[in-house]
Amino acid sequence: MNIETVLSAKNVNIWYGEKHAIRNISLDIYKNHVTAIIGPSGCGKSTLLRSFNRMNDFVETLKQKGGIFFEGNNLLEADPIEVRTRIGMVFQRPNPFPKSIFNNITWGPKIHGYTGDLEQLVEESLKGAALWDEVKDRLNDSALELSGGQQQRLCIARTIAMKPEIILMDEPCSALDPKSTIRVEDLITDLKKDYTIIIVTHNMQQASRVSDYTAFFYEGKMVEFGQTDKIFTAPKEKKTEDYITGRFG
Amino acid sequence: MISPTRIRKEKAFKFIATVATWTSVLILIVLLTHILSEGWRWLDWQFMDSFPSRFPEKAGLKAGIFGSIWLMALTASISIPIGVFAGLFLEEYGIKGIIGKIIEVNMANLAGVPSIVYGLLGLTVFVRYFGFDRSLLSGALTLSLLIMPVIVVATRESIRAVPNSIRFGAYAMGARKHHVVFGQVLPVALPGIMTGVILALSRAIGETAPLIIVGAVSYISFIPEGIMDEFTVMPLQIYNWAGRPQADFHQLAAAGIIVLVSVMLVMNFVAVLIRHKMQKRYRF
Amino acid sequence: MIDRKTRVTIIGISIKLVFGVCAFLGILTTIGIIFVLGNEGFQFFRQVPIWDFLTGTEWTPLLEPKSFGVLPLVVGTLQVTIGAGIIAMPLGLLCAVYLSVYAGKKRRNTLKPILEVLSGIPTIVYGFFALTFITPILQKIIPNTEIFNAASGAIVVAIMILPMIASLCDDAFRAIPRSVKDGAFAIGATTNEVVMGIMIPYSLSRILAAFILALSRAIGETMAVTLASGSNPQLTLSPLKSIQTMTAYIVQVSLGDTQAGGIEYLTCFAVGLLLFVMTFMMNLLGQIILTKFRVKSL
Repeated sequence: MNIETVLSAKNVNIWYGEKHAIRNISLDIYKNHVTAIIGPSGCGKSTLLRSFNRMNDFVETLKQKGGIFFEGNNLLEADPIEVRTRIGMVFQRPNPFPKSIFNNITWGPKIHGYTGDLEQLVEESLKGAALWDEVKDRLNDSALELSGGQQQRLCIARTIAMKPEIILMDEPCSALDPKSTIRVEDLITDLKKDYTIIIVTHNMQQASRVSDYTAFFYEGKMVEFGQTDKIFTAPKEKKTEDYITGRFG
Repeated sequence: MISPTRIRKEKAFKFIATVATWTSVLILIVLLTHILSEGWRWLDWQFMDSFPSRFPEKAGLKAGIFGSIWLMALTASISIPIGVFAGLFLEEYGIKGIIGKIIEVNMANLAGVPSIVYGLLGLTVFVRYFGFDRSLLSGALTLSLLIMPVIVVATRESIRAVPNSIRFGAYAMGARKHHVVFGQVLPVALPGIMTGVILALSRAIGETAPLIIVGAVSYISFIPEGIMDEFTVMPLQIYNWAGRPQADFHQLAAAGIIVLVSVMLVMNFVAVLIRHKMQKRYRF
Repeated sequence: MIDRKTRVTIIGISIKLVFGVCAFLGILTTIGIIFVLGNEGFQFFRQVPIWDFLTGTEWTPLLEPKSFGVLPLVVGTLQVTIGAGIIAMPLGLLCAVYLSVYAGKKRRNTLKPILEVLSGIPTIVYGFFALTFITPILQKIIPNTEIFNAASGAIVVAIMILPMIASLCDDAFRAIPRSVKDGAFAIGATTNEVVMGIMIPYSLSRILAAFILALSRAIGETMAVTLASGSNPQLTLSPLKSIQTMTAYIVQVSLGDTQAGGIEYLTCFAVGLLLFVMTFMMNLLGQIILTKFRVKSL
């Protein structure tokens, strides 16, 4: 498969007030691949992920420097609305809107002036998120009535409906039971045909199951980056090895 | 081992607290029965459908009922959008620093300003300066200022109860602030806002003092037809009757109170109902 | 033609602007109140020296010879307010104690709405109740009670502010962390010992603030006292005599035919200004106590 870089972080530094949370990180994200960011909690992996679609803007004390290049533009200097439209995000806890399943999918496209066939969009998106069969008969029910796993897939579906280039996933399975986790993991593997996915997880098995590339973060620095099987079988750094063999974390 | 004195003390304390509380319930019951027993005989169609009169048997609440309806409709349409928008601004947009703090403290203080002072404000600004005269419009504007702080507080509380995860979920899809506010936050907060608004209006419908100041008159024998008309309201007619020495007029006042309190109780009941429903619907 | 993006941006900015204007209306209201009362009050004090106003003991602005000593109105107001406070403060606090420690969840859920209704009843209704129910009872107990009297006003205002005190104190008690109460219970304290020794001292500042806010509301109360206590501005300390409160005076003038701009008209604003200053100071004090000690009660 030929490899094309779609997103490229260059010397990114992020501070929370005085705390230097991300230290000079450079990282390339490859198109139609799954990149996992792993590391112990507090290593900054979620912070970096959130800067990819400017969700860090909501943290008042936060300061960020460097460049995250997406199609040649530094998205840290772009219009955040534009960035978030093209780079979607799935959160740690399922957060469906308190609306019907149908409206959960259509809300995003609608506010961006989508004029196509909404029913078709809903069907496509739900199929894309492997949720269609379960909910096709109750599209007008409240999304809050779905199970946790279904809610998370609905959140993925509503992200797909925006037709983003990249989907960010911030520990998408941490609030789910094992069965739902497997379904979401399978879904991630399916999705990379059409999307580029960056997933943050502290679950190493999950990273090894779903990702093609893995970046290991420790205390705000990127210790190692490479193909997932290499990282997990033959890490170059001692720190990485210690982490994946469970000596700390 | 607890000493008998301590047990006795505890029992006495509990007794006093219990009595104090149930006394207030008793007061409510006494108040309602007193008014019912005074007024129920006068409560008939002719009472609802007559204008004021020197003769108690001919006098009625019609002008007050229509005046109150007009005034409430007008007050609601002025104060609800302003109050809700102000609440949304303070909670969702918020200004930091000293100005934000001033707005904050100011709202709390406005809620404590006596209603009669709003009357003086309305008299000077709306009645005289804007030249709205003793009209429904002057009354409604005055009452709107009066209940705005209440609506703002209720709005802010309901907005604060909307989980942040919903906002972030919406922002993550590239939504702009006003999309998030109107598309996500407001629908979730709406039942709570409605509860607050209804309670604020149920306060406004019983207001008398500020309306006396802005020149609502108690003796009026027509139904207002526009917002620039003179008007009276139920509480003002009640005040007028209660202030007369004859027992018959006191009973008329009681009959008027029955109508007024019924309306207020219904509004309260609706508010409680909405609050109840809301608590069931939105559990995250 | 403007594109979608610009249009949406413009919409967003205008919405923010409209919201901001609405929020600013609150400030404008305060400014309006201060300006109106200050301006008309100033007109008044150009004719009547402020010192004579504040210390005079005769209030006869509507009769000849006119006299503009506001003390009778202030004393009348304080009589009602202090009387109401003496009754409502302990009762309200006890209600709050009952609600938060003795009443079970079920009784609490019945009592809370009842208190809400009690606080929602229009003040005119309370005035009627005072005039036609409380005063006759007072007259039976003490025969020389006048039809309009301060005591009746005080009692009925007490009933009005009681729910407010109960509710605010109840909130204060509920804000006490469980662990604090549990700690006291765990060493074998009885409930009243926990209430008196832990809960009340712990929330003292909030209770104090509740009292102040309630008293400020009592000062500003109008219709109930107008009906209950009359419109006879005499300087007396007897609770059984007819008096006039500041608010009742403003109502009296407004119901009459006074010419705008005349001295009678201006008295309303002078009295209103005094009323506003008094309640504003108390509310501010209440707010300060609340915010200053908020950290402590968390």
